[in-house]
Amino acid sequence: MEAAVFILSLIDCCALIFLSVYFIITLSDLECDYINARACCSKLNKWVIPELVGQALATVLMLVSMHWFIFLLNVPVASWNVYRYVKVPMGNMGVFDPTEIHNRGQLKSHMKEAMIKLGFHLLCFFIYLYSMILALIND
Amino acid sequence: MSNDGFTSQNGTGGGTYTNGPLLSPIALQPTTQDFMEGQAGCPTIAQSKAPLTSGTNPSRPYQQATEVSMYQNPSGSSLPVMPPVGPLRPMQPSQPDPNNHRMSMSPPSQSPTTLPVSNSYYQHPQQPTSWQYRGHPQIEAPSSGIQLCPVPSPGPSQVYRMGTATPSSFHSASQSPGHSPTSASGNNLTMPAAAYPLLPGQMSKADGTVYQSLPPGYQSMLGVPKPSPVLLPPQPYSLPSQQYQQPPIGPAQLSSSLAALSLQAQAPEALRVVNLLQERNLLPPGPIPAPTPCLPQDLQKLNCNPEVFRCTLTSIPQTQSLLNKARLPLGLLLHPFKDLSQLPVVTSSSIVRCRSCRTYINPFVSFLDQRRWKCNLCYRVNDVPEEFMYNPVSRSYGEPHKRPEVQNATIEFIAPSEYMLRPPQPAVYLFVLDVSHNAVETGYIDVVCQSLLENLNSLPGDSRTKIGFITFDSMIHFYNLQEGLSQPQMLIVSDTEDIFLPTPDSLLVNLSECKELVQDLLKSLPQMFAKTMETQSALGPALQAAFKLMSPTGGRVSIFQTQLPTLGIGALGSREDPNQRSSAKDVQHLSPATDFYKKLALDCSGQQVAVDLFLLSAQYCDLATLGCISRYSAGSVFFYPSYHNQHTPAQTERFQKDLKRYLTRKIGFEAVMRIRCTKGLSIHTFHGNFFVRSTDLLSLPNINPDAGFAVQMSIEENLLDMQVVSFQAALLYTSSKGERRIRVHTLCLPVVNSISDIFAGADVQAITGLLASMAVDRSVTASLTDARDAMTNAVIDSLTSYRTSVLAIQQPGLLAPACLRLLPLYILGLLKQKAFRTGTSTRLDDRVFAMCQLKCQPLAYLMYLVHPSLYRLDTLINEGPQNIDDHIISQPRVLQLSVEKLIREGVFLMDTGSEFYFWVGRNCNPVFLRQVLGVQSYADVPLNMNHLPELDTAESGRTRAFIGWLREQRPFYSVLHVIGEESPLKSIFMQNMIEDRTESALSYYEFLLHVQQQVSK
Repeated sequence: MEAAVFILSLIDCCALIFLSVYFIITLSDLECDYINARACCSKLNKWVIPELVGQALATVLMLVSMHWFIFLLNVPVASWNVYRYVKVPMGNMGVFDPTEIHNRGQLKSHMKEAMIKLGFHLLCFFIYLYSMILALIND
Repeated sequence: MSNDGFTSQNGTGGGTYTNGPLLSPIALQPTTQDFMEGQAGCPTIAQSKAPLTSGTNPSRPYQQATEVSMYQNPSGSSLPVMPPVGPLRPMQPSQPDPNNHRMSMSPPSQSPTTLPVSNSYYQHPQQPTSWQYRGHPQIEAPSSGIQLCPVPSPGPSQVYRMGTATPSSFHSASQSPGHSPTSASGNNLTMPAAAYPLLPGQMSKADGTVYQSLPPGYQSMLGVPKPSPVLLPPQPYSLPSQQYQQPPIGPAQLSSSLAALSLQAQAPEALRVVNLLQERNLLPPGPIPAPTPCLPQDLQKLNCNPEVFRCTLTSIPQTQSLLNKARLPLGLLLHPFKDLSQLPVVTSSSIVRCRSCRTYINPFVSFLDQRRWKCNLCYRVNDVPEEFMYNPVSRSYGEPHKRPEVQNATIEFIAPSEYMLRPPQPAVYLFVLDVSHNAVETGYIDVVCQSLLENLNSLPGDSRTKIGFITFDSMIHFYNLQEGLSQPQMLIVSDTEDIFLPTPDSLLVNLSECKELVQDLLKSLPQMFAKTMETQSALGPALQAAFKLMSPTGGRVSIFQTQLPTLGIGALGSREDPNQRSSAKDVQHLSPATDFYKKLALDCSGQQVAVDLFLLSAQYCDLATLGCISRYSAGSVFFYPSYHNQHTPAQTERFQKDLKRYLTRKIGFEAVMRIRCTKGLSIHTFHGNFFVRSTDLLSLPNINPDAGFAVQMSIEENLLDMQVVSFQAALLYTSSKGERRIRVHTLCLPVVNSISDIFAGADVQAITGLLASMAVDRSVTASLTDARDAMTNAVIDSLTSYRTSVLAIQQPGLLAPACLRLLPLYILGLLKQKAFRTGTSTRLDDRVFAMCQLKCQPLAYLMYLVHPSLYRLDTLINEGPQNIDDHIISQPRVLQLSVEKLIREGVFLMDTGSEFYFWVGRNCNPVFLRQVLGVQSYADVPLNMNHLPELDTAESGRTRAFIGWLREQRPFYSVLHVIGEESPLKSIFMQNMIEDRTESALSYYEFLLHVQQQVSK
């Protein structure tokens, strides 16, 4: 059971890592003028909900399997994702708004956020891996 | 996340003043999407450019020195030191203790930390008169410009001995100012605090009529001791002394005490210390000139006109930390497509640009040697192409530095085909008219059709110009105007869910071929819907139809809308609660309700369609949402609240005049603008109507001459080894004649490393303009309260920084450098502006429109909105007449916006930009009334008078000439309202008296006290 939970988390985590990398690549494409703001934002907005769900899934998995430490580790990121999604003003086209992204350093802060998330997911990846191995051995 | 640029009290309160988070450092990347060019690297000859010696220009940069006397108090030379309570001020309850006046004078009713402010409005006469393109004698061609031969005829070979390129010896800014600071003993500033009698009980309300009982100004000229320049403390700036040198004073005249004065006089006028609490007459009598950058004369001579390109700091700080220390916003304000009276135009097969950053060659590049030039933005060394060696103006070879490109900071190129993504499209105009019952009621359709009929021939364009019409209520009506039809054919699409074009080819027709049909349609259109009972409005579907119709070519869509869209996609509901209009609580609903209009605008932008919105409505129309359609497609918004053809003749007249200007003004299609700056600086926020397509590329489907832009910058890398930095705005557009053109403006500014130099170069109007744009952003992303606090904090922060970093000797009072002396007044004006005021009843649409205007008006017109000007008219004869274009026009001085300036015997004119208020005092001279208004007495002044009668008297001629001259300076029409003391418009007039106190807003003096309290904390 324990092992299954971690295998699932591990897969989820891999997906999130890929997503973070995708965010970073797309944002840096925008930074370098390879794509325009409209295309960039519509690409990224598509993945905001999957990211949110993926993160929530990992959090819930940890909660139900009662791994409190990992759960607490995941909660801030999950709630940040939800907060960010809920806080989008009605007139905006999503978390990434093409008309705003070049203003007030938003691009930079999005980039920073994606980087931090990548780091976090990598950390989680190793924690899950370790826990999974431990669980498999204990079995 | 308060990455908004500037702080507020509510917010994190921390540091990022204007220079918040930065954008990517790759603003100068070579990647260009639209600007492509093949550059032939030909060997050529160059010359060392402009040795930047400094010693040769005495007193040039700070020429404003002549104005010193104007800013000073009339009682200037003799300084009567009188007891604080002068006999002139009759009533002064509770005179505060002179020594701790700063604290004791808190306004009675409200805490000074909250700043509920109300009324507002406009203006400062800026002089947007046609500026003489800085004369360069070698350009003989008149306005049309120069045609350069593409292939130069190689001239006789000459020996180019370019003198041993004097290395630009720019004076180092750290040179000692050449005078030792005088001892502090000179400033015995025990200023009695009574300078500003704050008489709370007597403060008149905004519409109070008892002018006599007003507080007699802060300073009734006599009775108040004021510091003379002699008493001011020496300022510890270290300046490049030569720059500020003034003609030497003969040593014989200098007594020992005067020596200090003459040394003081070496201070630049901009840094003269002004105690705002003591000096009342801060307003200069006329328009405020833009500060001149402290550049060597030969560079400054070439620099860009400040009306086109302006920076908030005319001296750029060397490092970001220095900028943070000064707490002043750094940004550029542009008016790139301004109508210019003279503009050099260059036709060339290849346009010389930097190979790495794509900068256009400009007057501030340096020619390293005979065939290479160094880019002034990225410092790459480029070759001078062979054909650039030939100078078409002087018809000589080998003088690349004399080419018009290198002699003019503003220049226009006719672009070769590399600059086109597709062949230039014809000018296409589509008019989308609301014909619902509500719209027919207002009668605006008559005016639009009439205007169009009159101006059909003067629409900018060529023989390919196309025109089309759509009308809509609950259905969309298209008009088939194809050649061959005997009369226009109306096609109705009632399915608003899935809009389609009935006959895609014949809806947009060639104007010259089908002119008669178009005229037929325009004549019959007003009657066609006269009896309509349809009240619904399907604006969203109509816009979609317009977008579909325009997408193949791009062009301009003009929407006329009179009510909230109610049908189909994009329908909106009313969000305004009329009871909340005057509440001091936070204003809601400043941001759009749906993203439909924004998405559509971006689609339009992608297809090079711009949407201009004319909103004529009595009810709430949700401009915050509808405005998006213009904002992101680079259109313009016009707003005529409560428009009705018969009931509001003044509005009708303004609408007619604005329409005429709108239809006939210059227009550029398929435009993009790129703003480049010297390596190390980067742009992080843009203000205006456009879509930022990539880091520094603004997509502008249309560009019009009345659009202004602002950008905020930060310093990413220290500008250590640089004496100057440059900014270049390049606007690539298709003219209405189908020519691809590039208009390039280059601005060059000095870099300084001392904080006093930064303050000396501050441009108060530009700072105000930029702060206004930032505050609009802030009120939409955060809240209005936040924005108001942030503006107040901007004043507090900059004055605090001035006090702590520039002034060595602390003295009481609220001290500001002379160049920033108007900042608190302007910020107070903004706080009382329609956009930001609280407490006064303001309709949401009015507020949002004011915000739109603050964001997209060029600075010159924006200042009307911030600080209206008040003139006295009945004494015009005495006011230094000036000869302007062969007309003698009196120049009355600008008065303070305080009721104390109004006297019942006088007649005053308040200029708020879009409105003139002609205020007639009750006891006004009847001769003046007879001669100017043509009425016998004050009682006969009609209530709704919008024109001055053309009477054949000297007074009338003078007055009309002055008003006419004011009107000429702006592209929009200003309606005149004659108002008396009982007129219904009087309350609006009084709301513009921004220096006075109202129930909900501080007076100027109270505001200063509040600022002072915060500054001296």
